Amino acid sequence: MLLAETARSFRHQRPAWKDFLAQLHFIGVKSQSVVITTGAATGMVLCAQTYLQFHKVKMDTATGAVVSIGMSSELGPVLAALMLTARVGASMTAELGTMKVTEQIDALRALAAHPVDTLVVPRFLALLASAPLLTAESVVVGIFSSKLVGVHLLGIDSAYYQANMERYTDPPDVMTGLIKSFVFAAIIAVVGCHKGLTCQGGAEGVGRATTDAVVAASISILVVNFFLTLFLARMFNG
Amino acid sequence: MIEVRDVTKSFGSQQVLRGVSLDIRRGEAVVIIGRSGGGKSILLKHLIGLLQPDSGIVRVAGEDLARMDERSLLRVRRKFGMLFQMAALFDSLTVDENVGFVLRREGVEPEAEIRRRIGEALDVVELPGIGHKMPSELSGGMRKRVGLARAIVYRPEIFLYDEPTTGLDPIAADNIDRLIRRVWETLHVTSIAVTHDMKSARTISNRILMLHEGRIYSEGPTSDILGSSDPVIHRFVNGISTPQKPE
Repeated sequence: MLLAETARSFRHQRPAWKDFLAQLHFIGVKSQSVVITTGAATGMVLCAQTYLQFHKVKMDTATGAVVSIGMSSELGPVLAALMLTARVGASMTAELGTMKVTEQIDALRALAAHPVDTLVVPRFLALLASAPLLTAESVVVGIFSSKLVGVHLLGIDSAYYQANMERYTDPPDVMTGLIKSFVFAAIIAVVGCHKGLTCQGGAEGVGRATTDAVVAASISILVVNFFLTLFLARMFNG
Repeated sequence: MIEVRDVTKSFGSQQVLRGVSLDIRRGEAVVIIGRSGGGKSILLKHLIGLLQPDSGIVRVAGEDLARMDERSLLRVRRKFGMLFQMAALFDSLTVDENVGFVLRREGVEPEAEIRRRIGEALDVVELPGIGHKMPSELSGGMRKRVGLARAIVYRPEIFLYDEPTTGLDPIAADNIDRLIRRVWETLHVTSIAVTHDMKSARTISNRILMLHEGRIYSEGPTSDILGSSDPVIHRFVNGISTPQKPE
């Protein structure tokens, strides 16, 4: 229902661009350190684990391809989304929940402003705009850091590492990750805002709503990811 | 101007309003009194469509709020200005941004006009020059006065006050009462307040409605209600608790 009301909002009200830019800064700029660290750590550990197994069957140089495909289509978008859920989704719920229990949402409505137009739409748009870029950033950093580990620490030949990575990573792998990041962004925004706007009680209610939002969004992302993987694989591979 | 007929409202198993009916005419200054937790604030929120009744009719200027969706209600709410119990200022915005919220949202131009009207509203509530402050830097009384300025600035026809003096010291409470009275007299608006502060009720109303056990128990001119000999009204107005029966 909140998603439908958000869509209806575009017909009734122009988005508040000032609020959108403020949210873009909070979500897009200030989440970078979190997603970069996540991408780098994931890329490095995935490279090490893959190498350790592939080394047993003399397939060391395929490591780069596995890391690249894994990061682009699965781990990059999912882990970036989970980090955004923890950082941005929780913050949205806590902020809107506090506004709800202190009657600021009612004040907004009394001032003839629709909470969806004023509060949800700027956050929804900022997440849709930021999540694919943050995911791409996380994937690039993950691949780069995996190459550093693979080549300089584990001794994989740099030229083969790069060549296999480029040979096996197709545009659909990258597109899969980016499409997933859009869907995950919508899940984080809708769940985070919905839990905040329907929050009940005082400080305890805000805490409970925040926890619920993080759990619900995280599980939704993991479940939706499975179905998206099957759907997008069929779409891109015919 | 406002017509309420047989409104009921329950939260879970608790029925708060049990068939409230009342009429408020344009230009009146009405106070709804009643015990804490008796549903006064709930009733006030029905008048502006912040809550929808389980049954009954709430009509404002001929429009039935109970049959309207949230977007249609926005148009009706533009007639109202509301002061909330804890002021409900937007805590991420400055005083200036709070007071000018509606003007900026409606695209009033130029910015100098918005600034002039914000300054004027802050002058009315006797808080000039605090536009740069954040709500967290203000006392309870100042927050309520900023809340009043936020309601005044876009010149609504009907003012709603939810417990305007709760939590204030006697001087600050008297200050708010005088402001509410002045707004009613100078802007010629309809004023509706809920309170259990009898001194406040005497100052800001010319008619009182008493809400008791989920219904309007009595109504009449302020002096009549405050001087009533009806035992329920008399006990409430004079703060006399029901005597305990000996075991």
